[in-house]
Amino acid sequence: MILAAENLTHIYQRGTVFEKKALDGITMSVPKGAFAGVIGHTGSGKSTLIQHFNALLEPTSGKVWLDGEDLFAADKKKRKRLREKVGLVFQYPEHQLFETTVQKDIAFGPQNMGLSSDEVSRRVAEALEWVGLPKEAAQLSPFELSGGQKRRAAIAGVLAMKPEVLILDEPTAGLDPRGKNEILGQIKKMHESAGNTVILVSHGMDDVARLADIIFVMNNGRIEFSGSPAEVFREADKLAKIGLAVPQVYLLLRELIKRGADLPQNIFTAEAAAQAIKKLYEH
Amino acid sequence: MNIKLTIGQFYPGDSVIHALDARVKLAGTFFFIVSLFYADNFYGYLAAFILLSAVIVLSGVPPRLLLRGIRSILFIIVFAAVFNIFFNPGETVLLEWQFIRISYEGAITAARMVIRLALLITASSVMTLTTSPIQLTDALEYLLKPLKKIKVPTHEIAMMMTIALRFIPTLLEETDKIIKAQTARGADFVTGSIMKRAKNLIPLLVPLFVSAFRRADELAVAMDARCYRGDTGRTKMKVMKLRGRDAAAIIILAAYSVLLWLTKMA
Ligand SMILES: Nc1ncnc2c1ncn2[C@@H]1O[C@H](COP(=O)(O)OP(=O)(O)OP(=O)(O)O)[C@@H](O)[C@H]1O
Ligand SMILES: [Mg+2]
Repeated sequence: MILAAENLTHIYQRGTVFEKKALDGITMSVPKGAFAGVIGHTGSGKSTLIQHFNALLEPTSGKVWLDGEDLFAADKKKRKRLREKVGLVFQYPEHQLFETTVQKDIAFGPQNMGLSSDEVSRRVAEALEWVGLPKEAAQLSPFELSGGQKRRAAIAGVLAMKPEVLILDEPTAGLDPRGKNEILGQIKKMHESAGNTVILVSHGMDDVARLADIIFVMNNGRIEFSGSPAEVFREADKLAKIGLAVPQVYLLLRELIKRGADLPQNIFTAEAAAQAIKKLYEH
Repeated sequence: MNIKLTIGQFYPGDSVIHALDARVKLAGTFFFIVSLFYADNFYGYLAAFILLSAVIVLSGVPPRLLLRGIRSILFIIVFAAVFNIFFNPGETVLLEWQFIRISYEGAITAARMVIRLALLITASSVMTLTTSPIQLTDALEYLLKPLKKIKVPTHEIAMMMTIALRFIPTLLEETDKIIKAQTARGADFVTGSIMKRAKNLIPLLVPLFVSAFRRADELAVAMDARCYRGDTGRTKMKVMKLRGRDAAAIIILAAYSVLLWLTKMA
């Protein structure tokens, strides 16, 4: 287990009329090298949860374990070191750009880690490529970029730190379908080659189903249930009850199976489904 | 790390005090504060204290919140008291020991000071706790209206205050978010020398200003698109109207001032 939460509770603005229990006794664990998905409707506590994984929010009660160490028992120095292991891409990360050039902005994180300047520029170049920004973009001001490009630059700023655990909070919200697939595809590719742990927070059930190997479903500050995509989507009715949709492909296959087609149910991408259906006809 | 988002300090509720017309509350509080400086004897302060206590009880605001207001100026109160007790060159000496000399007049002035400040802060706290910031600016705009005759842009001032109040929580939220995002990238806002810390603020301030300007721009366009052109011919969505309870409040205040006058006569 690289990351685990134990009975994690978070209450915002405690002791005021605006008190709000955003997390309510969360217990979960993410295996090392996993691609985990966190889904839940608006306000279910996803963003609050992941901010604990980076010690940006302190739990009201409960614990977070990072790589076997109690994150909130660690002293400041150690916590800073532990924090470097976790890269967090916030919702709308483009709002954090500040440098005069894209290159400098991406270099901010690696520099803070105390890396040599050679290593920093190598990582910047690498990160630019990962997110699919052209080399020329490096010298532009981040404020000259388009919205989608800004997003990519901001994500690159975190990727350049090569975190052991990469957490992305709705990285594709507001992007066009192509940009969305490109960015998610790159993240998946990187995950496969580097073997890092990824936690993807998303509304988009289709993306999570396609990419993740373990899914946590959040509702009202709790983990409603969790498991492999196949296990989670079997509970289609429960999901619907808490306002979440099951992937389109899954529903299609379920309908076909119900009508007697000999198809496997654990398929979550349109391509794989097409393949399976094609095979059915070839027999 | 988490910034408190309670601005102004409005405590929502449905008491009589909450329902009072904001203009009456604002003017009434101002009147009450002036009266605190008019009163000069024990019975006068007692009258003020009873009136204020009654308002507090009616408002249903937890006393804890009011104490918080007093705590924030505790230093000033203590300072004023100490200064008056020890440095007032009064005639009637109560206590004299080495260089310390406390006079009767000094003690009285100090007590008066403490009572006045405490009542003043509590009164203004009750008002801001029971009146939403928007109502408050509306009331202010109304009460400042006479100044328009001498070309003071009262509507614009009130509009600016409304917008500022509207955006303070947004900007605080944004600040909180950017601090977190940069911290996640290894930025350090809390340690180091002053120079270093100032420099470390750049990753926070640049995005914050960028977003503030962007929001201002968007808001200007949105207001333009809805034909905002200052207050000429502008009507209010919520027209402020005096009701029975407002009249009652005014009568109570009048009775209070007569009482105050009597205590001074006696
Ligand atoms: N700083 C804060 N102060 C008070 N309440 C907050 C704060 N941040 C979030 N909340 C509340 O906590 C709850 C969970 O919020 P959170 O941002 O974690 O939800 P989310 O699942 O990320 O939603 P979304 O999908 O919209 O991003 C919400 O009800 C929200 O109103
Ligand atoms: Mg969120």
